[in-house]
Amino acid sequence: MVDLVVVGGGPAGLAAALKAWEGGLRDILILERDKELGGILNQCIHNGFGLHRFGEQLTGPEYAGRYVEMLKDTGVKVQLDTMVLEVTLDKKVHCVSKAEGYQIIEAKSIVLGMGCRERTRGAIGTPGTRPAGVYTAGAAQRYVNMEGYMVGKRVLILGSGDIGLIMARRMTLEGAKVLACVEVMPYSGGLTRNIVQCLNDFDIPLYLSHTIVDIQGKDRVEKAIVAEIGPDRKPIPGTEMEFDVDTILLSVGLIPENELTKQAGIQMDPHTKGAYVYENMETSLPGVFACGNVVHVHDLVDFVSGESELAGAAAAKYIMDGPVPEGRVLTLETGADVGYTVPQYIRLEGVEKSVNVSFRVRRILHESKIVVKSGDTVLAQYKREHMAPGEMERIALPRVLLEKAPIDTLSVSVEEV
Amino acid sequence: MYDIAIIGCGVIGAATAYSLSRYEGKVVILEAENDVANCTTKANSAILHAGYDPEPGTRMARLNVEGVAMAKEICRKLDVPYNQCGSLVLALAPDEVPHLQHLYENGVANGVPGIQLLSAEQAKAMEPNLADTVAGALYAPSAAIVSPWEFALAMAEVAVRNGVELRRSCPVTAIEKTEDGYILATPTGEVKAKYVINAAGISAEAVHAMVGKPNFHIQPTRGEYYLLDKGEGTRVGKVIFQCPNELGKGVLVAPTVHGNLIVGPNAERVQGNDTACTADGLAFVSATARRSVPSINFGESIRNFAGVRANVDRDDFIIEETIPGFIDLAGMKSPGLSSAPAVAEEAVKILASHNALGTKKTDYKDGRKHIWFKHLSADEKKKLVAENPAYGRVICRCETITEGEILAALHSEIPATTIDGVKRRAGSGMGRCQGGFCGPRVLELISRELGIDPLDVLQDKAGTNVLVSETKQGGNNNG
Amino acid sequence: MKEVICICCPKGCHLKVDENNDYAVTGNACPNGAAYGKEELTHPTRIITSTVRAVGGLHPRCTVKTAAPIPKEMMFDVMKALDDVVVNAPVQVGDVVLENVCNTGVNIVATRNL
Repeated sequence: MVDLVVVGGGPAGLAAALKAWEGGLRDILILERDKELGGILNQCIHNGFGLHRFGEQLTGPEYAGRYVEMLKDTGVKVQLDTMVLEVTLDKKVHCVSKAEGYQIIEAKSIVLGMGCRERTRGAIGTPGTRPAGVYTAGAAQRYVNMEGYMVGKRVLILGSGDIGLIMARRMTLEGAKVLACVEVMPYSGGLTRNIVQCLNDFDIPLYLSHTIVDIQGKDRVEKAIVAEIGPDRKPIPGTEMEFDVDTILLSVGLIPENELTKQAGIQMDPHTKGAYVYENMETSLPGVFACGNVVHVHDLVDFVSGESELAGAAAAKYIMDGPVPEGRVLTLETGADVGYTVPQYIRLEGVEKSVNVSFRVRRILHESKIVVKSGDTVLAQYKREHMAPGEMERIALPRVLLEKAPIDTLSVSVEEV
Repeated sequence: MYDIAIIGCGVIGAATAYSLSRYEGKVVILEAENDVANCTTKANSAILHAGYDPEPGTRMARLNVEGVAMAKEICRKLDVPYNQCGSLVLALAPDEVPHLQHLYENGVANGVPGIQLLSAEQAKAMEPNLADTVAGALYAPSAAIVSPWEFALAMAEVAVRNGVELRRSCPVTAIEKTEDGYILATPTGEVKAKYVINAAGISAEAVHAMVGKPNFHIQPTRGEYYLLDKGEGTRVGKVIFQCPNELGKGVLVAPTVHGNLIVGPNAERVQGNDTACTADGLAFVSATARRSVPSINFGESIRNFAGVRANVDRDDFIIEETIPGFIDLAGMKSPGLSSAPAVAEEAVKILASHNALGTKKTDYKDGRKHIWFKHLSADEKKKLVAENPAYGRVICRCETITEGEILAALHSEIPATTIDGVKRRAGSGMGRCQGGFCGPRVLELISRELGIDPLDVLQDKAGTNVLVSETKQGGNNNG
Repeated sequence: MKEVICICCPKGCHLKVDENNDYAVTGNACPNGAAYGKEELTHPTRIITSTVRAVGGLHPRCTVKTAAPIPKEMMFDVMKALDDVVVNAPVQVGDVVLENVCNTGVNIVATRNL
């Protein structure tokens, strides 16, 4: 019997394990499927990580390395090259590895930190032939940054998510010609600074409200046809542009990787595609916590770490002090132009001083406010100069405020002022 | 000199090789692509049809019903994923109900077992997600879903194990008739054979034209599909058809043996093996499928693909020897897959009539086992990993495919040599991330196990290289 | 007056830089923005992150970066200089793998252990 099993040794799992150790747990095991800790950070070799957490600009491997170093001073056990196959209702973790064989580990608590995966061409239904040369940006990133191989010479990027922008720069620096970045929405899905330093620095055009309408090529990609998208979200005839490329990189969104979560019967939020979580990142299965991109996709690893520390601390508390005492439970609902909230539930007894609520807006808003209501009562308002779907918003709700909620439902909405 | 040369290793060529491998004699399969079954057999609806569609009395009707029964036995023996889930043909308006009656009568005449007409209520009880417009249905319990590619591979593997020679990347470019047989020209040299079996699928007409004027015309017809993630895999439990039209059996919705949902196809005439998907085609498929099953969530799509079927200007399959010693197995439109084992037996009969077959082998090695790690019990998994630690390393995390399974694919009787070859055999990369995570790892294993430079590893067919150069080429950098 | 988007942090402040007033910056949320705005118009710099060939480690490449920003126009020169570098494992994060790259006075350092 292990006090805490952490599934995944990426940024989420590392921060959770470390915090659980600091919280007093001494029997912690991280199960990581790769040959080293750090998760996707190991291939994110660009800088810009860690401003919030460490007060400096780190590369992905450096950010992961900091946590791995901190972990060395603890007694947290790590099993690498180990794949978790199943998590059961009674918290048995089935996993397999070459070194240890097939194991069934009984856990008193579990933190799920499996991260997310990339949406593929199949998910967006891009028409055309199916030649080699169409990769998700993350797969290309692995080949280029870790394996040392280029995946193409003339590249088109579909989707302006951060990974796509980052890969536009990486491919350019490594000698490829990136012809354009194409985004179906009227705004970019990535951070503004990445548009500046990854596209503008290299004169790579960004076509907003455009998409690929045809991929041509028998063996390897030969051409991509791009067209403008009208307000009806359909291509506008006559706007087609032809790009002679051998490679298309897709950066069209990330989806939390929740097969284990679903298998365990944990309740899922269709909006986040992650588990429903309480204020301390506990899922519907008591003693099982989730954090990081497996709960909802983040823009910044710093916030993954913060959220995961919350989960790690809560797991320690769960083992040492028992479950959160029964009491009032508030349900968060999404109001106008809010796509989701995390957490979705708040147990007042689980809130010490305040609880952070993360969410994403559905459209770009200028000079606006975030409104938290319970019934007709406005509990709190927060001003924002600018909000965009590509940037996660966070607000802190003090417990004293939550206690004033007249009904057990809170709604979070945004509006321009 | 070979006794028999089979041109094409799709499901028809593979089934024929499997049947012929029971007899003494030298048999060679010449496959144009770099892997078996890489055209029509790879991309279709993956259905074994019960056999109520063909007109009674036709050869197609007989071979369909016989073939589907044989396929069930072969799948069991060769460990091919197969599930006799049954099928429903829907009448989506009251005026389509008479057509069901017509199909029912066909089915009875063709000897389709257990076939019955259902009321709308009975159909909805069987399949709760059917549309409210359903006015009735035809139920055929003998219809099944299968992995068509593995079905062909398995038969070809057993054939190879029993002495049939398989040459991949070996297109036949010319055929010369000689006194005692045929000389087939290929890029790697001439092949001489007494008898030739033309199982070249959509190229069957072109192959026939190498020896004589074809008396049939193949019209490649493309069908586009959606493959949906496993969350949608239980949307229906049976194969759901609509009433057929002249272009084919229409858009179906069906579970797959791998737990996904398949939706399609449309039918569009194309030139050659044109497997591009189109926005219009996919829109037609999804809209038409929703008529049967309105609740399908196409947001769960993990892949679109298209396959080309060898439609032909005749109503029946072409199984004939119009040129002595040259046997066409052509025009294998639907239900070609379902009929394949029976079609092969027809070829055997023709060859037997020439006394072209040797005696039956006494040391025939039939049977096949495919280890799917994920389908084993915890105890079996434990035992397997203890015996062979390679099964302890999961390479494809969406589908839980282990290194052991990939090594098996790379060292099998017809080994995989490409990333898609591994995918088709072992299942890696078939899941929701479509090889994003496991692709680099599979590439590494192919390179390591087969001694291929990573730059030369192919995604699928020739020319589909994944990587173009190394980074940091140092002094060698000339680009 | 020129508009510049700050790349110092994910916030991406829209800076206004007055070339006629000693590059005075407005629109910045922090002092980094002021410095960046001026620098971007006078002598723009960038951090380069990349890889170098590695022998004997877990991976065939080791990730690296310029220890400080280098002149923006020298990005491709620096990349070319990295082409020839080979490191031997073990490598520690922070190890200098190439000194004074392209005479910029900036070292290339490893960003991971290998």
